[in-house]
Amino acid sequence: MQLYLPIAEVSINAFLLLGIGGLVGILSGMFGVGGGFLITPLLFFIGIPPAVAVATSANQIVASSFSALLAHLKRKTVDLRMGTVLLIGGLIGSFLGVQVFNLLRQLGQVDLLVNIFYVVFLGIIGAMMFVESLNAIRRSRKGGRVTRRHHTWIQALPLKVKFRKSGLYISVIPPVIVGILVGILAAIMGVGGGFIMVPAMIYLLGMPTKVVIGTSLFQIVFVTAATTLLHATTNYTVDIMLGLLLIVGGVIGAQVGTRIGTRMNAEQLRILLAGLVLLVCGKLAFDLLVPPDEVYSITEGWS
Amino acid sequence: MIRAALMLLCLALPANAAPEEDSVLAGLSQNRIAITAAFDGTELLIFGTVKRSAPMRGETPPGIIVTVSGPSQEITVRRKERWAGIWVNRAALKINRAPSFYAIATSGPLTEVLSFTDDLRYSVSIPQAIRTVGAAHTVEYTDLFTDALVRIRSRADLYQNNESTVNILEDTLFDTSITLPANLVEGDYVVRLLLTRDREVISTFETEIYVQKVGLERFVYNLAHEQPLLYGLLSLVLAIGAGWAASQAFRFVRG
Repeated sequence: MQLYLPIAEVSINAFLLLGIGGLVGILSGMFGVGGGFLITPLLFFIGIPPAVAVATSANQIVASSFSALLAHLKRKTVDLRMGTVLLIGGLIGSFLGVQVFNLLRQLGQVDLLVNIFYVVFLGIIGAMMFVESLNAIRRSRKGGRVTRRHHTWIQALPLKVKFRKSGLYISVIPPVIVGILVGILAAIMGVGGGFIMVPAMIYLLGMPTKVVIGTSLFQIVFVTAATTLLHATTNYTVDIMLGLLLIVGGVIGAQVGTRIGTRMNAEQLRILLAGLVLLVCGKLAFDLLVPPDEVYSITEGWS
Repeated sequence: MIRAALMLLCLALPANAAPEEDSVLAGLSQNRIAITAAFDGTELLIFGTVKRSAPMRGETPPGIIVTVSGPSQEITVRRKERWAGIWVNRAALKINRAPSFYAIATSGPLTEVLSFTDDLRYSVSIPQAIRTVGAAHTVEYTDLFTDALVRIRSRADLYQNNESTVNILEDTLFDTSITLPANLVEGDYVVRLLLTRDREVISTFETEIYVQKVGLERFVYNLAHEQPLLYGLLSLVLAIGAGWAASQAFRFVRG
């Protein structure tokens, strides 16, 4: 069934959009990532204009993350204080990111920079998680205890706050910086930023894996909501119909994903996520390196 | 229905009009196209008649050319080049005016019904419909860029070259159809008919079709542009509402 999207101004099969939403929803629930790093390239691929894809996927992430966040709140696996600190950084980052996005759009380099961002971030994080998870599995097989590392330079920073749920007493500076970085990515790449925040929370802040996913979802819901509003008011690129179709698929997928996630152990979950991140990274890198079928492209306007 | 319309058109013609040049008259199957949520393209039928000034005296048969052009846009065509191992947008050509949609239908091969000078004068063929005034200063080989524009838009059925698709009956009645794709831009579409003889244009006729979003599509588009904050908040409320409702529904199903 073809559906004409009022803001994207293209006609797309409605079931294709539902399917994309569902797939991304399952990943969202399983890993605590918004899934934007998958949904945005998929929307590019089916012919949605990049600016609309980025803005609308931010809107979609609000919904799919919201239903997953409710599940985590009920299980009390959200560190609200840490989430709020990350959120403050995230809102600052989101504002900066929308400005940068508009600048790149004027230069005609938005696709390139978005792609390079994806390749670099996904590559580094995927490889890091993969190695760490393998080591952790090896250690636990030997019967040794998995110890959390505490970085001494993070311990030395001022403005320390007690995060009871995470069992941490650390400075608010590292989480605010993580939040800003994630906010920028949310605005430029149309992602929730879970794929960078989850590893940063585990390896940099030393948070227990149990509360990491719920807490990152808490930050993602609010940051992507702010990003949606910023894109809607400055670029008019949020397509409500596209969003709703992705959401209907996504919310169902998220519930299924959360259930799958609770049945698997944390190390398996991490190694799966690492594999997925590396796969998307490889595909995007391949597209940058291989000569394209059509070297010319058209954009409306002279800006 | 078309045949009936053709008959009516013929009857409507005054039998003894002032004997000047031959001219052309036409009608369209629709002059307003509504883009609804289910819009998936449409077919436009164009039919008409050649109004003759005098009986045919062994002269060459007339040629008919129909063009449909959508609202013009300023566009930028960019070319990727390999730079530091990756493919990057480098050279760019700004095009003054390019129609968002352009279709041409003719009664015979274009070169046989239209001379090159008249093609230039009336901007008939696809390359002539694209304006690149002063573009030569910005990049070399401007043609490569305009060719790319035509190639990319032809693949999306936005530019169509339908030679020899106008049927002419008895050298007076003609009809053709043009398929409008789903990804139409809103605005006024100009339908132009050119009557040619011996490759020279002897008469033209112009009419317009209005393409616009209606109903929900119109409402959403207007709200997004006129009340962006309200629209953004509505998107969020719907998103969160849908998320919450689905999680509740899922819980209910699972018990």
